[in-house]
Amino acid sequence: MRKKIALVTAAGLLASVVALSGCGGGSNSSGGTSSAQGAAGGAGAGESKAEGGDAAGSGEALHLTFYYPVNVGGSAAQLIEGLCSDFNAENPDIVVEPVYTGNYDDTVTKLQTAVQGGTPPEVFVSLATQRFTMASTGMAMPLDDLIAADPDGQEYIDDFLPGFMEDSYVDGQIYSIPFQRSTMVMFYNKEAFKEVGLDPEKPPTTWDELVEYGQKLTNENRYGVGLALNSGSAQWAFTGFCLQNSENGENLMAEDGKAVMFDTPGNIEALQFWLDLQNKYEIMAPGIVQWTDLPTQFLAGEVAMIYHTTGNMANISQNAEFDFGTCFLPAGKRQGAPTGGGNFYISNGLSEDRIQAAWKFIRFMTEPERAAQWALDTGYVATRQSCFDTDLIKNYYEELPQAKVAFEQIDVAKPELTTYNAAEIWRILNDNIQSAVVGDATPEEALKAAQEQATEVLAEYQ
Amino acid sequence: MKTYTKKQRELKKNLVGWLLVAPSLAFMLCFTVWPIFRSIYLSLTKYRMGMAKPEWIGFENYINLFQSGLFWKVMGNTLYFALITIIPSMVVGLFLATIVNRKSRLTGFVRTAYFYPVIMPMIAIASIWMFIYMAKNGLWDQFLAALGRKPMNVLSSKKTVLPAMAVMYVWKEAGYLMVFFLSGIQSISEEVNEAARIDGAGSWTIFHRITLPLLAPTFLFVSTIALTNSFKLVDHVVIMTEGAPNNASTLLLYYIYQQGFTNFNYGVSSALTTVMLLLLMVVALPRFLSQDKKIHYN
Repeated sequence: MRKKIALVTAAGLLASVVALSGCGGGSNSSGGTSSAQGAAGGAGAGESKAEGGDAAGSGEALHLTFYYPVNVGGSAAQLIEGLCSDFNAENPDIVVEPVYTGNYDDTVTKLQTAVQGGTPPEVFVSLATQRFTMASTGMAMPLDDLIAADPDGQEYIDDFLPGFMEDSYVDGQIYSIPFQRSTMVMFYNKEAFKEVGLDPEKPPTTWDELVEYGQKLTNENRYGVGLALNSGSAQWAFTGFCLQNSENGENLMAEDGKAVMFDTPGNIEALQFWLDLQNKYEIMAPGIVQWTDLPTQFLAGEVAMIYHTTGNMANISQNAEFDFGTCFLPAGKRQGAPTGGGNFYISNGLSEDRIQAAWKFIRFMTEPERAAQWALDTGYVATRQSCFDTDLIKNYYEELPQAKVAFEQIDVAKPELTTYNAAEIWRILNDNIQSAVVGDATPEEALKAAQEQATEVLAEYQ
Repeated sequence: MKTYTKKQRELKKNLVGWLLVAPSLAFMLCFTVWPIFRSIYLSLTKYRMGMAKPEWIGFENYINLFQSGLFWKVMGNTLYFALITIIPSMVVGLFLATIVNRKSRLTGFVRTAYFYPVIMPMIAIASIWMFIYMAKNGLWDQFLAALGRKPMNVLSSKKTVLPAMAVMYVWKEAGYLMVFFLSGIQSISEEVNEAARIDGAGSWTIFHRITLPLLAPTFLFVSTIALTNSFKLVDHVVIMTEGAPNNASTLLLYYIYQQGFTNFNYGVSSALTTVMLLLLMVVALPRFLSQDKKIHYN
């Protein structure tokens, strides 16, 4: 009996100790998993790690963790891993471990967990619109000193397309470097144009033409215009329409990210125009069409003209059974389009050698040839002026002239909605736009409410 | 052998018991009790990402929530969703149980067929049902088109979005509840039914005069499970709508997630969690209190 009790006691104690130690280690486990993911992240990473190990024999190889999201289909994850192992091969003293972290939202969540666990990744890719949050929460560091110390630093920054570089600044300091950037263009079905007697080489250039063409193109089985109004997409397209309807190209927010201008007369008109497309002209599907459904509908010939990301170029060019064209977003009072996508950030509070290594990695990833190849493989817009001098891009545009429109449009494009607490402000605008779309509020009421709610959230930054 | 007093013996007996539950107790403390108290504490603070420490603000989070229209909308959605899922899934579950209770060669197959949605993860189910509810090209809208009706695009209308999710939910949940009803039905003694049949009772009379009353404990149990489950599921909202349109499908748990992991508002998120905790406690209370009292277990 006594023996039995002793045995049970021992087992019980052991089990509870194991349980408790598991509990205490909770905060570290995120770091543990992430490096495990990194190691498991494909053969490429594994090999490069081994190379780094050899180098460590002579000196000490620096290990950097790199979080990256993938928001487009295809093989982006493999491409990133390939790029990282190229970097590791070229720099034997540095080992970059890429960690795939889901979509943009997941990445921020994982980043947050890693930061709280005390093991942030040295480099990460996050939305350009997250920069105010990254700066105010101290998750990312300003890069100005690195740029100044770099012999051709200023030249490097100046080479980025201004439309993309524009949303890298927080209070005049550069916090991020453009990487996977996109813009919204119009895709249109040339065959549908021919069918209703429109010139397939002359897509709509103004809102009036959009309505006119849309009415011609709409029939029992087809809508003329397609816009995705689900949460997370509505505010992107809305930025475009507001820019187009603005007097002087005013955006939805102040440049310092501390104020929004949702309820201007021009913006109310823009939202009213959306409702008119649905209810007055009946050339756009009523209610809310999902972002991911829209290309499918376009490919099925159910919508003749859609507003979508250039990131969908590969999908549409591979799957369209009809001739399609791309064009600038039709202008209201002026031309305008939103940009979007992800930038490189460096974590705050790193040692000097790690910062240098991280900067080296970013420079490597954004070299013209590499940025050009990345654009080709993914459908993103190449980020640097010099990318467009490469043969890669020249040949690409020759083969797929539709892809060129996005690049040309960057001149008139502006950053999408970005503020402090960006996610919350996005949600507020999306919800209120939807309330107008489903008929709960007039455009004016909706945008006034959005303005009020957003101002309240931003009050603490005034 | 040494002799022990009664008290000592009892202590010793209890000690073994405590040691036996120690492992699970440790887990409970770590992963249930501690987080509960931590949440309650955080709910009384202002705590956002980037702040070094939570800042004590008393009940401000709660006051702000109770004054916000969105909070009440979310609570309304949550209760409405519970209402339109629990009763149908219980009715369907009971119905399925009576079907699979019959002995036939197909019983095994039918039971598996009804139960399999339960073992599928909600994420997978929601992704599949997206194709049913998809605007225009989805199965449902295609069906309407075949009947010559306009597409409904159910997920984008504030009136239809929760009922559409509820249909999917009932489809998943009914099989789960069926298992409880089945074991309830099978625990009813066959003699009672036989006696009734001898007295000339039809199968409907047997069902509502004998089976239903004797299933009362099962009903209470199942309704508690169904209610808490309807609060606990959030995957379908994430996959299908993200709360759209205009928060018409935002349920409490999704709202918590959004505040915590999208807005990084840990204080508010914790306050909402505490509200949820209270809600679940209220739900579980009747079962807790009535244990072995009013309801007749056989």
